[in-house]
Amino acid sequence: MGETPRDSRRDGGATKKRAGESPAATQSGHIDMATLSTTVTITDPVIKDPKTGRGSGGTHPPVPGGGGGDRGGSGSSDPSERLRRTRLGLIVGLVASSMLFVSFTSVYIMRRGLPTLDDRTGGYVRDWLQVSLPTTLLLVNTLLLLLSSITVELARRQITRQAALAPVQSIPGVSIGKERNFPWLGATVALGLSFLTGQWMAWRELGNRGFYLATSPSSSMVYVLTAAHAIHLAGGLLVLLYAGATALRHKPVEDRRIVVDVTAWYWHFMALVWLYIFALLEFVR
Amino acid sequence: MAGGAGGGETIMVAQDAHDPHGNDPHGHAIHAHAAPTSFIRKYIFSLDHKVIGLQYYFLALTAVFVGMFLSLLMRIHMIWPTANLPLLGHIQPETYLSLLTMHGTIMVFFVLTTAPQGGFGNYFLPIQIGAPDMAFPVLNMLSFWTTFIAFVVILAAFFVTGGAPLHGWTGYAPLSALPSAGPGEQLGADLWIASIAIFCVASLMGALNFITTTLDLRAKGMTMMRMPLTVWAWFITAILGLLAFGVLLSAGILLLLDRNLGTSFYVPLVVVNGQIMGHKGGSPLLWQHLFWFFGHPEVYIAILPGMGVASQLLSTFSRKPIFGYKAMVYAIMGIGFLGFMVWGHHMFMSGMSPYSAFAFSIMTMAIGVPSAIKTFNWLGTIRGGRVRFQTPMLYAIGFVSLFVSGGLSGPFLAQPVLDIPLHDTAFVVGHFHLIMGVAAIFGMFAATYYWFPKMFGRMMNERWGRIHFFLTLAGTYAIFMPMHYLGMAGQPRRYSQFTELAYLQHLIPLNTFMTYAAFVTIGAQLIFVINLFWSMFKGPKANDNPWEATTLEWTTATPPPHDNFGGKTPVVYHGPYEYSVPGAPKDYVMQTDPATVSSH
Repeated sequence: MGETPRDSRRDGGATKKRAGESPAATQSGHIDMATLSTTVTITDPVIKDPKTGRGSGGTHPPVPGGGGGDRGGSGSSDPSERLRRTRLGLIVGLVASSMLFVSFTSVYIMRRGLPTLDDRTGGYVRDWLQVSLPTTLLLVNTLLLLLSSITVELARRQITRQAALAPVQSIPGVSIGKERNFPWLGATVALGLSFLTGQWMAWRELGNRGFYLATSPSSSMVYVLTAAHAIHLAGGLLVLLYAGATALRHKPVEDRRIVVDVTAWYWHFMALVWLYIFALLEFVR
Repeated sequence: MAGGAGGGETIMVAQDAHDPHGNDPHGHAIHAHAAPTSFIRKYIFSLDHKVIGLQYYFLALTAVFVGMFLSLLMRIHMIWPTANLPLLGHIQPETYLSLLTMHGTIMVFFVLTTAPQGGFGNYFLPIQIGAPDMAFPVLNMLSFWTTFIAFVVILAAFFVTGGAPLHGWTGYAPLSALPSAGPGEQLGADLWIASIAIFCVASLMGALNFITTTLDLRAKGMTMMRMPLTVWAWFITAILGLLAFGVLLSAGILLLLDRNLGTSFYVPLVVVNGQIMGHKGGSPLLWQHLFWFFGHPEVYIAILPGMGVASQLLSTFSRKPIFGYKAMVYAIMGIGFLGFMVWGHHMFMSGMSPYSAFAFSIMTMAIGVPSAIKTFNWLGTIRGGRVRFQTPMLYAIGFVSLFVSGGLSGPFLAQPVLDIPLHDTAFVVGHFHLIMGVAAIFGMFAATYYWFPKMFGRMMNERWGRIHFFLTLAGTYAIFMPMHYLGMAGQPRRYSQFTELAYLQHLIPLNTFMTYAAFVTIGAQLIFVINLFWSMFKGPKANDNPWEATTLEWTTATPPPHDNFGGKTPVVYHGPYEYSVPGAPKDYVMQTDPATVSSH
C-alpha cells in the first residue's frame, strides 16, 4: 500500500522526479528509501520544490470577459494580482449568468414547439403568436449599446494608462504633462441609460401593438429575455456610477482601475448577450 | 499527539519579514481587511471566511432542527392520524403536505447545501490551500446574509394566510403554479419560490468565490494535485452549483410569472373546482426538466463534500495515504460531469420517450463506476492501516456504510422498468434519505468532530461522541431501511393517511417501529448539541494538531488567527496524505515540511 501513487509533481519546475531505477541520483543517506518504495522523489533540500500554485498565474492572457461579481477586497496586495483575480471572478460569474440565458433559451425553443389543446375545437393548435417587434427602435438601441461598448473600452484604456503613470507622477519634480481626460465613463453611463430608455420605449411599443406579457408565450419570452438583459445592464451601470463616485472621493487609481476594467469586460459581454437575444427574437420567431 | 503542535511551528516558512500588523515592508496590507474590532464587524457582518463559515454552520444547525421537528410531526401523523397534538391540534391532510414540503426544502437547501459547502468549505478551503481568506470577502459576507434572508423568507411561509405550500420540495407545476390549487398555494407558495430564488443568488455568489479562490489563491507549492480531497470536493461542488443554480433561478422566475402575471409556461388549460384557470398551452414537463436539471446536480452538491471529508478522515485515521489519490480526483470529476446527464431519471413516470428513458438510464448506471471507484478506494485506504477508531473516524466509516447502503438501490431505480412501480412508493424515500440525507449528514458529523478542535480550540467529548454515533447509526438505519421494504409492499409516499387502507394494515407495526426509531434518533441529536456547546466552553484544550494530520489547517494556531497563518505564507512541499512514510521521523509528513525525501 505504501507505494500507492500519491501526488503529481510532474509539472514541478524544480522537482527532480526519478523513478526508483536511478539510485545513483539518490542523495546520500536516503538510499534506503529507494529500496522501500517503488518510486522515490528527491527534492532539492530547500525551497526549490514548491512552485507557484497559481497555475498559469501571471501568464493569464487578458481574457475577453472581465470581472463583475466582486465588490470586495481580496487577499493580496499586488494590484495586478487583484486585477487578475477579479477578472477570473468575472469569467466565473459570467458562466453563471450565461446559464440563466441558456435556460431561458431552452424554454424559448421548447415552449415554441409545444402544441396546445384548443378548448373550442378540441384539436391541437400552436399558441405561439408571431410578435411584431419594433425592429427599427431595437436597431437604434443596438447601435447605442455598441457605441457604449466602445466608450467603455476607451474608459478602460484611459484608466489603465492613468494607473500605469500614477507611480511616475508621484515622483517629485516629474511632470508628464496634462492629459486631456475625456469623460468616457460618463459617456458610457449616458449611452447605457439611453439604451435602457430605448428598451422601455420598445416595451411601450409592444403594448401598443397588443403584445403584453401574458398575450402569448412568444411575447412572454420577449419580455423575460429583454428584462433579464436590462437588469444585468443596470447592474453594470450601478458599478460604473460607483467607479465614478470613488473617483470623486480620490480613491487610489489602481482600485478604480480594477472596477472599471472588469465592468468594461462585463459590459462587452452584455452587448454580445443583447446581440444574441435580438437575433433569437428576430430570427427564431 | 504533542508532536503535531511543535511541527506546526517549525515548518512554517515565512517569505518576508512581516510586522505584527500583517503589513509587509512595502506598506501593502497582506490581508485585504484588517482584523475588525467592533462586535458587529467581528461576528455579524464579518468579512472573515472563518466567521462566515461558522455563521453558515449555525444557520444549518438551526435549520436541521426545524426540519427534524417537521419530520417527527409527519411520523407521528402517519401512525396516529387522529391524534390531537398539544398547540398544533389535529394535523389536516393539507398540513401534512405542508410539513412534507417544508421538511424537504429546508433540509435540502438550508442543511445539505448550506453546512457542507457554505459552512465547512468556507472555513477550511482557504486554510487548506494556504490562502489568507476567500478571493472576494465582501461577496462572501453577502452570500451568507442572502442565504439568511432566504431562510427567513421560507420560514415566513408558515405564518401567512393559507400556510406553507403543498407542492413538495420539487415544486411540480401545475400544483405549484396555481394559487387556487390549495390553501398553502397562496402567498405561502410565492414566499417559497422567492426563498428558493434568493437562495440561488446566494449560492451563485458562493460558487463564484469558491472557484476563484481555489484557482487563484493557492499557496506556493500547492499544485492542484496536492490539494486535499476535501478541497477537490468543494471545488467540484462549486462548479456544479455555478452551472445548476442559474437554471433553477430562471425556472423559479418563470413560475412566479405563471402564478402572478398570467403567463403560461408550465400551466396547460386547467380546470380547478369547475373554473377554467385562463392558462393555456404550458407544459408541466418544462418545469420538471428545468427543476431536475438543477435537482440532480443538487444531489451531488449535497454528497460530494461528504465524500471529500470521508477521504480525508479515512486516510488520516488509518495512518495511510489515500488509496489512489488521482483516481479519487477523477472520480469526483466523473460524478460531477455525469450528474448533469441524468436528470431525466427523475421523470421516467412523465411519459417520456422510451428512447430518452433508456439513454438516461444508461447514463445513470454509469455513475456507479466512479462511485464504486471511490468506495473501493476508501476500503483500500482502511485495509492494513493502523486504524484509530476515534469519533470522526467512526462517522467517516458510517458515511461509507450509508453511501453503499443508499447507493445500491440507485441502480434499481435507474431502470425505468423498476422505477415505474417503485417511483411513488416509500422505496424512493428510503433510497434518497440514506444516500443524500443521512450519508451527507454523517459527512457533516465527521467534519464537526474532526475540525471542532481547530475551530474552537477544545476537544469534543469522545465518549458521548461514540454514544451519539452508535445511536444515530442504528437509529437512521432503523428508520430508513424498512422504507425499502414498505415501498416494495406498496406503501405510497406523500399520502397523509393510509392506516385505513386494508392492504397496508399489516405494515402499521413496522411504521410504528420506525416512528419510535425516529424519536430515539432525534433524541440522540440532543446529545450532539449538548456535546457541541459544552465542549466549546468546557472541553479539554486541544493542541494545534490533535489528530496528527498533514494538511495546512493543522500547521497554524488553534483557532487560526485572523489571516489564518499569522502574517506568514505557507509553502507546500508534499501531497496531502503522506502517512507512514518509510524513513520519516514521524508517521506523518506535514504538507509544509521541507523534508528532502518523500516516497512517491
